[in-house]
Amino acid sequence: MSASDKRDGFVVFDKVQKSYDGETLVVKDLNLSVAKGEFLTMLGPSGSGKTTCLMMLAGFETATNGEILLDGKPINSVPPHKRGIGMVFQNYALFPHMSVGENLSFPLEVRGMAKSDREVKIKRALDMVQMGNFINRRPAQLSGGQQQRIALARALVFEPELVLMDEPLGALDKQLREHMQFEITRLAHELGITTVYVTHDQTEALTMSDNVAVFDDGRIQQLDPPDKLYEEPRNSFVAQFIGENNTLDGVVKEITGDECVVQLDSGDLIDAQPVNVSKVGERTRVSIRPERVEANKERLKEGAHTIKAQVLEFIYMGDVFRTRLKVAGNENFIMKTRNAPDQVRHKPGDMIEIGWLPKDCRALDHD
Amino acid sequence: MAPSDASDTPTAIGNETDSKGRLLTSDGRPLRAALQRANRRRKLTALGLVAPLLAFILIFFAYPIVQMMWRSVDNPAVVEALPRTLAALEEWDGNDLPGEEVYRALYEDMLADEELPRAEQKMGPLAVRLNYEISAARSAIVRTARNVDEMEAPYKEAFLDAHRLWNDPTIWRIIEREGRPLTASYYVAAVDREYNAEGEIVQAPENRQIYVALFGRTFMMSVVITFMTFALGFPIAYYLSTLPMSKANLLMIAVLLPFWTSLLVRTSAWIVLLQGQGVINDMLVALGVIDDENRLTMIYNQTGTIIAMTHILLPFMVLPLYSVMKTIPPSYTRAAKSLGATPWTAFRRVYFPQTLPGIAAGGVLVFIISIGYYITPALVGGQDGRMISNEIARHIQSSLNWGLAAALGTMLLVSVLILYWLFNKLVGTDSLKFG
Ligand SMILES: Nc1ncnc2c1ncn2[C@@H]1O[C@H](COP(=O)(O)OP(=O)(O)O)[C@@H](O)[C@H]1O
Ligand SMILES: [Mg+2]
Repeated sequence: MSASDKRDGFVVFDKVQKSYDGETLVVKDLNLSVAKGEFLTMLGPSGSGKTTCLMMLAGFETATNGEILLDGKPINSVPPHKRGIGMVFQNYALFPHMSVGENLSFPLEVRGMAKSDREVKIKRALDMVQMGNFINRRPAQLSGGQQQRIALARALVFEPELVLMDEPLGALDKQLREHMQFEITRLAHELGITTVYVTHDQTEALTMSDNVAVFDDGRIQQLDPPDKLYEEPRNSFVAQFIGENNTLDGVVKEITGDECVVQLDSGDLIDAQPVNVSKVGERTRVSIRPERVEANKERLKEGAHTIKAQVLEFIYMGDVFRTRLKVAGNENFIMKTRNAPDQVRHKPGDMIEIGWLPKDCRALDHD
Repeated sequence: MAPSDASDTPTAIGNETDSKGRLLTSDGRPLRAALQRANRRRKLTALGLVAPLLAFILIFFAYPIVQMMWRSVDNPAVVEALPRTLAALEEWDGNDLPGEEVYRALYEDMLADEELPRAEQKMGPLAVRLNYEISAARSAIVRTARNVDEMEAPYKEAFLDAHRLWNDPTIWRIIEREGRPLTASYYVAAVDREYNAEGEIVQAPENRQIYVALFGRTFMMSVVITFMTFALGFPIAYYLSTLPMSKANLLMIAVLLPFWTSLLVRTSAWIVLLQGQGVINDMLVALGVIDDENRLTMIYNQTGTIIAMTHILLPFMVLPLYSVMKTIPPSYTRAAKSLGATPWTAFRRVYFPQTLPGIAAGGVLVFIISIGYYITPALVGGQDGRMISNEIARHIQSSLNWGLAAALGTMLLVSVLILYWLFNKLVGTDSLKFG
């Protein structure tokens, strides 16, 4: 990312650092640019600094160092109520003493909007989240999912260009969560608003976002569209955090262009794609997605390295088979195979040979 | 399954019914009885748990209150002391002095009383009782009764000689009026009224009107004190609620300090601070804010009472406020700001309304406690910082007019109950949060 297009983003974090206690940095050198209309998700384990970033953007925390720009203008010294950023809180923060209508009216009233205009906008916002009939209810009379919709409507009713959401679906059950994931993305794209969304749930991040920023330890580990993030994790943390992942430790034996051979600690040789390794003799951790492990030799490249595996467990899951293997000393090596008519159903104790395409096996950093 | 089989199918367990259609348990007992039996035990346990406190409250709280209310209307003195006189007075027209037969009856009553053992004599209480109504009554009765055995017929003249009061139709009207087991006269006195010569209730002379004004002042001071505790307590409760638990607890000790200091220590501290030659006055003089001649009087008056009671009652405001504020997550204010509200608007429209249950609870507590407060006004209130309780205490301890004290106390109790009822109507007690 060059210096010029960095400043072009609608939301820009430029070398932002944050410390609460003056001793430890919660956010370390954050650089991030969100384009207008983009749906960006900050994904990371709890305590990785996602909420802190969002709070700095909303204006409830000040950046200890660095600059945050909104639409090209630095906003470090703009108070929260002048930033015009919509926000959905994890506990929804619907005002309990106001009805749904009053909650939605609030942002319009403080902007001095006339009553008739307010009514039109409130109605439109409620219809948008299919809650038009609930205008006179109190938040306490709504279910969690309904409160969630109202919180969303309230954050959108004053037509902000940027909306922040901090784990907004955390309190909902799985089915409702999936439904709301869909609703939120639909609305965000329909209205063309820029969204910064925080979650620790990787499925949520993958299904909803245009781009995902994976946070760990106060840094962005990788910022990419979901497919790239899943298929081409740039380091061990991301590979481990996103989706299911098998790892094997070893040493790089050979590197030829975009392929390499890794000698595992058990002595076996496997094919891999070098990502975070550059020279022979380096320690590496290779990462293979369970669904890319292949037990059918015909599907492998000519002369590919294969490795012996012992079947420990066979789990029938309906659409897929999940086979737990012991591979090069790793007893938690998972192979996922589609339930096809010709698919072999292995039995515990079977000795099989497995392999993979070199591009699906990524040689990453070893920490 | 074929329809014909359906009748043979046994109903599921738990849905069996007896001949009257009542539900049965699986072993055949009526479900309702089984439930009652199961619940009886629980009820007994509950009763056992509350019984000691219930007994305590009945004996030491409810019973004295009923006693007090009874005493405010109880009027045995005249009925017990003068049964014959009262019978004779029934014939009286109520205008001029009664006739000979009434005086004879009075003579007989007094003579009969003379013969009783000293502890059972009724003339003493009668003298005290009638003295509440007319101030010469005590000496009239005591002096006449002392010499009653030397009296001879005609008794009317003998009584008129014995004391001039017997020559006044007023005393007879009073005896007739108070010659009933229940009286309203304590309440009449408690609202600054009295009976005139015709037996009508009229305003008392200006120099004897004290209670209504005192009730008003007590009420007014309680309002001021409630407001002061709110004004001082709200910010501190807010600050405490934003602190982490450990620090908040430490500061809470400072707020609760008035609870833990001995009353006398606290009062002496107030005297040291507030008196004419006290710390505050000295400081103000030293700073040149006031002249040496114009030292402020801040104690032994209303100011003293208000300052000291505000201090003492502050915790009753802070605790409910704190407990309510503690439960308001900061995200509400943040949400308001993110929606475009200035910090002031966010406070006024979002934060403050949510603290109302705490304010209401604190306000009711402080107001009700202060309206009946006794000790502080007694110690630092001086003359114009006295409250109604001090007057009640005076009647119990020194003037010994327990009937009037009971009437005042009952009025105080009833006015608190009315206020609470009003409050409940307006705000609703279910929204109260005491802690
Ligand atoms: N107000 C605060 N004061 C001090 N430390 C905080 C505060 N808020 C968050 N932290 C610390 O900052 C780190 C990051 O927190 P947060 O941004 O909430 O992470 P996330 O939202 O990713 O779970 C955590 O270690 C947390 O303890
Ligand atoms: Mg968080």
